[in-house]
Amino acid sequence: MSVLVFVEGLNGEIKKSSLEAASYGSQVAQTLGTSATAVAMGDISQNALAKLGEQGISKVLYDADEKLEKFVAEAYVKVIAKAAEQENAKVLVFAHSNIGAAVGSRLAVRLNGSLATNVTTLPKTDGAFTVTRSVFSGKAFAEVELTSDVKIIAVQKNNFEVSQNAGTTATVENLSADVTDADLTTAPKETVMQETGGGVLLQEAAIVVSGGRGLKGPENWHLIEDLARELGAATACSKPVADMDWRPHHEHVGQTGITVSPNLYIAIGISGAIQHLAGVNSSKVIVVINKDAEAPFFKAADYGIVGDAFEVVPKLIEAAKALDK
Amino acid sequence: MKILVCISNVPDTTAKINFTSDNTAFDKNGVQFVINPWDEYALTRAIELKEAKGGSVTVLNVGEADTEPNIRKALAIGADDAIRVNAHPKDAFFVAQQIAAVAKENSYDIILMGRESIDYNGFQVHNMVGEILGIPSITPAFKLDLIDDATARLEREIEGGKEVVEVKLPFVASAQQPMSEPRIPNMRGIMTARTKPLKVVEPSGAEAKSAYVSFSKPEKKGGVKLVDADNAAELITLLRNEAKVL
Repeated sequence: MSVLVFVEGLNGEIKKSSLEAASYGSQVAQTLGTSATAVAMGDISQNALAKLGEQGISKVLYDADEKLEKFVAEAYVKVIAKAAEQENAKVLVFAHSNIGAAVGSRLAVRLNGSLATNVTTLPKTDGAFTVTRSVFSGKAFAEVELTSDVKIIAVQKNNFEVSQNAGTTATVENLSADVTDADLTTAPKETVMQETGGGVLLQEAAIVVSGGRGLKGPENWHLIEDLARELGAATACSKPVADMDWRPHHEHVGQTGITVSPNLYIAIGISGAIQHLAGVNSSKVIVVINKDAEAPFFKAADYGIVGDAFEVVPKLIEAAKALDK
Repeated sequence: MKILVCISNVPDTTAKINFTSDNTAFDKNGVQFVINPWDEYALTRAIELKEAKGGSVTVLNVGEADTEPNIRKALAIGADDAIRVNAHPKDAFFVAQQIAAVAKENSYDIILMGRESIDYNGFQVHNMVGEILGIPSITPAFKLDLIDDATARLEREIEGGKEVVEVKLPFVASAQQPMSEPRIPNMRGIMTARTKPLKVVEPSGAEAKSAYVSFSKPEKKGGVKLVDADNAAELITLLRNEAKVL
């Protein structure tokens, strides 16, 4: 048996959330006294695959089929299922991403396995196999027992450190799952990637700078963008801001938007409605900047400044510029 | 066009989250339940498609009798009929099996639901239903249009971008905003909902594959540390040296 980690690529590299999953998977393998194998497909360089050794992966199975360049759930599931069978994998690890959770769910049915998503801890394996997952939109945790022989775990982003055993490389082997056109019924007609400021994905960002109605209009968003650039952060916004089309919906963080779990969440001009908090509850440090001292967000914050964003943020940008990076 | 919309019954978004004294279950005491907000996007889009193209919208809930007020609410918003699978929703796999069993019996063209429930945040059921039924699952989708009677065009969110997918019916999709603008039921809707059919069926024999052992809440924060607005740069220093996040 072994532990199998599915890694996702982007522009030839492996996504940060997948590096976290790989680190998680190799720790699970160590606990279980076995090795961790990764399975990959699509746009990832051979070099990036071999470097997974730094996260403790000993072997990578790579399906180089061109049909797998774009994400197609059914085809990806076929490849991962083949790898799982070949490796006799009893634990499968994914990032809790739109792609990871989608293939993880289909695999749980196909492999007759137990699935836990949004997982925040390593498994307990003495006795029952349990993991802790984030529930109630970050307001609680639940310990869940995975009762099937095969366990599938999708790990919450930004929750596990990427381990770095510098210089260790994984062997890369070819895998062919014989994907046919019949597996490609949901192949995308078109893929449009967003402009992501400094190339930081909101869902994976360690730092998020988020703006609300207090910014008064989209023409003032340079304040958010400039601060984000200086901090290497992704930009986000509140629901009203997306609803008014000041910013695109894919930046909306909250109950019905994107859930983020960065190390640092900086909320500027956001009052902190409970629905907004639901999207940011898992952030490790929360900073609130609001001119209303009564804004409910201050109750959830670690640091705060009561003040006008138009005066405070330029000072923060200057101070951030002065940091040694 | 037959559309099935699966809804789940969840604590109101402003509800305080507490657990029973032994921390093994959610404490429903004094909590108001609503239709899962993500499911409302699916429900409204289904009703819009029906209004444009004809057909029917059936609402499905896997739950015990206490979910019926919210099933009636979905009927009041505009669904035509409803099915309740009379069971406690043990886990995502169990729920997916129940939905698939209903779908097999009634052959729907589209099965819709929200991307996840705001209580258990699984993000699993739609893809599991797709796999069980052997049909595509497009998740999470924020746009859904019909090209013709047999083909739909969806836009799906992927991290950092979107994909445009054209797919033959039948399929499963999960919804997130801005797929539609959820509606509030009007008086006429509420009156007619009372007499719309709500069928209660017993669950199929599926087993759950996971079990909730216990619940806990995150540690309380120590309170906010305020920095003077005139000395805003101090915040950056604190974030680097004290919080160590820069």
